[in-house]
Amino acid sequence: MAFVFMEGNEAVARGAMAAGCNFFAGYPITPATTIFNNMLQMLPPKGGTCIQGEDEIASMGYCIGAAMAGKKVLTATSGPGISLYSEHISFAIGSEIPLVIANVQRLGPSTGSATRGADSDIQFMRWGSTSGAPVIVLAPKDAKDCLELTVHAFNFAEEFRCPVFIASNKEIGMTKESFDMDDLNLPPLVERTPYTGSDPYVPFAADPDKAPPFLPIGGKTLVRQTSSTHGPDGYITIDPQIIADMQQRLHTKLNAAMDRITLYEENMVPDTDTLVISYGLTSRAVTDAAAALAERGRPVSTLSLKTLWPVPESLLLEKAAPFKRIVVIEMNLGQYVNEIKRVLCGKKVDFYGQMNGILIPPAKIMEAIENE
Amino acid sequence: MNSFLNTSRPPVFCPGCTHDRITKSLDAALVKLGIPDNKTVIVTDIGCSGLFDTFFNVHALHGVHGRALTYAAGLKLADPSLNVIVTMGDGGMGIGGAHVLAACRKNLDMTLIILNNFNFGMTGGQYSATTPSDAQVGSEFLNQAEIPMDICGVVESAGATYVSRISGHDDGLSDELVSAMQYKGFAVVETLGLCTGRYTKRNQLTPKVIDQMIEQRPSPGGMIARNQRPEYGERYRQLAKEKGKFPEPFVVKKQFDMPDARRHEVVILGSAGMRIVTAGDMVCFAGISGGLNVSIKNDYNITVLRGQSVSEILLSPDTIGYTGIESPTVVLALSDEGVARRQKIFAGLSSDTYVLKEASVAIPDTPAQVEEIDFKAMKIKKTDWALASLAVLASQKRVLNKDMLVFALKSRFNEKVFNLSMETVEKIL
Ligand code: SF4
Repeated sequence: MAFVFMEGNEAVARGAMAAGCNFFAGYPITPATTIFNNMLQMLPPKGGTCIQGEDEIASMGYCIGAAMAGKKVLTATSGPGISLYSEHISFAIGSEIPLVIANVQRLGPSTGSATRGADSDIQFMRWGSTSGAPVIVLAPKDAKDCLELTVHAFNFAEEFRCPVFIASNKEIGMTKESFDMDDLNLPPLVERTPYTGSDPYVPFAADPDKAPPFLPIGGKTLVRQTSSTHGPDGYITIDPQIIADMQQRLHTKLNAAMDRITLYEENMVPDTDTLVISYGLTSRAVTDAAAALAERGRPVSTLSLKTLWPVPESLLLEKAAPFKRIVVIEMNLGQYVNEIKRVLCGKKVDFYGQMNGILIPPAKIMEAIENE
Repeated sequence: MNSFLNTSRPPVFCPGCTHDRITKSLDAALVKLGIPDNKTVIVTDIGCSGLFDTFFNVHALHGVHGRALTYAAGLKLADPSLNVIVTMGDGGMGIGGAHVLAACRKNLDMTLIILNNFNFGMTGGQYSATTPSDAQVGSEFLNQAEIPMDICGVVESAGATYVSRISGHDDGLSDELVSAMQYKGFAVVETLGLCTGRYTKRNQLTPKVIDQMIEQRPSPGGMIARNQRPEYGERYRQLAKEKGKFPEPFVVKKQFDMPDARRHEVVILGSAGMRIVTAGDMVCFAGISGGLNVSIKNDYNITVLRGQSVSEILLSPDTIGYTGIESPTVVLALSDEGVARRQKIFAGLSSDTYVLKEASVAIPDTPAQVEEIDFKAMKIKKTDWALASLAVLASQKRVLNKDMLVFALKSRFNEKVFNLSMETVEKIL
């Protein structure tokens, strides 16, 4: 046993370093600032670059430039920063720029509460961009998850060339915890696919279900990047078929890989009729609540999602099938439950949510499960 | 190479538009400079000046309005060998003002060409940050209520190391662009030009009038002596190199048998300056050395030097789920402010809960076992009360013992601080 003791934000930084991150730009904001502080300690000794942007928009701009020059980039913020990131999130989605965004969520709306946690931005991360094209959102439940999921986030960003969010929470980011380093389960690293063909490089030419191979701006071969609607050549296009194909590919490249993108934990208890679905920090209170209920002779099964977006629809359908009743618990007044209701259409789905700046205690969850 | 122009995508500007001349001058400048095509990147903003990247056979990045300088900075930091050119209009200058100022202060080796034509051409001739107050523009009277900004004056005062103003019709434009690109640092070239599609339809602006404008407000002439300083990237890399070692995580192995190896919830109630957070960390290090899982949350004011400081610590032989405090086993009441912050917990404490309270601190009625200790009388300074109360716990083998506490202090502190803290601990143990 080799225990380390760190807050979730430090774990995100360590995950980024383990993933080979070599560029960070961010703007200070509670409760995400310590990711920036940690990156500032960790990147320079490894030859990486860590800078403070003049604002959140600029921070994302620096990341986009560096990513296009071939760097593996991370930025970190909280809800008010995600608002400002929005235009560049759209850019990164549409122009297939790999980047990882740690969102240490705090209680909104707006400036809300800087030091109070909530899973405020679950829908915002998915939809806070133009066009409706998808992103990947991963939700850690503790510091160890922060480290592991950040490595997954980099892998996904590299492979699919899209922004990947870590949906952390003040209550994870700024809570220090011990965990056993020997228990860490890090995936092998994935790097973006370089273009190696013999034909001239066409920067957005790709298989219909894949991201295009990458070459960096500044490399031997000329590269074009643009935020405007473009054809495979990276020039503006108005050809409806080319536009339709590009738009579709942004969805298909993720949907086609859902099995690999879907990360979760489950505890399926035989002969139970209720499945409790949760994610992030809340899933830990759900685990406690389920254990206490089992002791009282009212066992339930649990499913804790780590991949929130794209919605793991087949997983939800498969896991929910044997159950009479689904209970969804969230640290907000009901965001992801709408996805679960959509996917499990026709099932009985009950919900408990809380948004008051404190964690949902296991007792509340037990009540929600028992109050049929 | 005798031209970098993309022959398959010729410029598409309105007839007479100065952007056309600037395109050709930039091409001539790139030819004179002789840098290979794959060592130059053109980063463009939005509007008619945002079309520039498509006319050249070099690396290109076209992005969101006003943000061109931010992508350019990312590219330059990532690849210092690149010749980075940014084109933006007076519109981009206005909306991206914060980035222009930041770029001036940073001084990365890049060239910013601001194509000032006094209005938003592409969207219909609306007024911009540089439109004269008496101009006729597409935003009715709005420009009459404002004054235009002096781009060169602003960037010079923001710290740009190279600033010049030149007519887009000046025969010396390509030479001026060469010297800007050759300059090592952030070079800003403001070109003045005609938007024939919009602006000159209603305003008397000709190349001659532009020359007069420049006579009235001459170019700062390139290098700004008072702003000279090292290039940002080089300075950054030099400073970063001096940065110490990579901070490896601190690993703790189980080495003690916990005297009381069950779940504990410890709450430390104190004030800013009492080293509550440090004491909380000590409990955690001690717990880990005893083979327990731990978690800690701290609650203090944003203005860190004032107000309450509260630590909530969980120690458990099992994996910790919910990280909130449910039934504290130990409460250390060390300041009134801290107690006030968690006033509500006292009535609900169980009769097994151990409350250690400093003599000067008042606590609400509670069913818990309360022990009072007079640290003041023991000549222990307030800043050491939290540490001293850990020594009290260790003396009772509650939560931690002396070995664990000493281990925790040793792991967290340097020798000097460790010795000082041991003086406090010895007063109790
Ligand atoms: S609208 Fe103005 S700036 Fe744009 S191309 Fe026409 S003349 Fe040039």
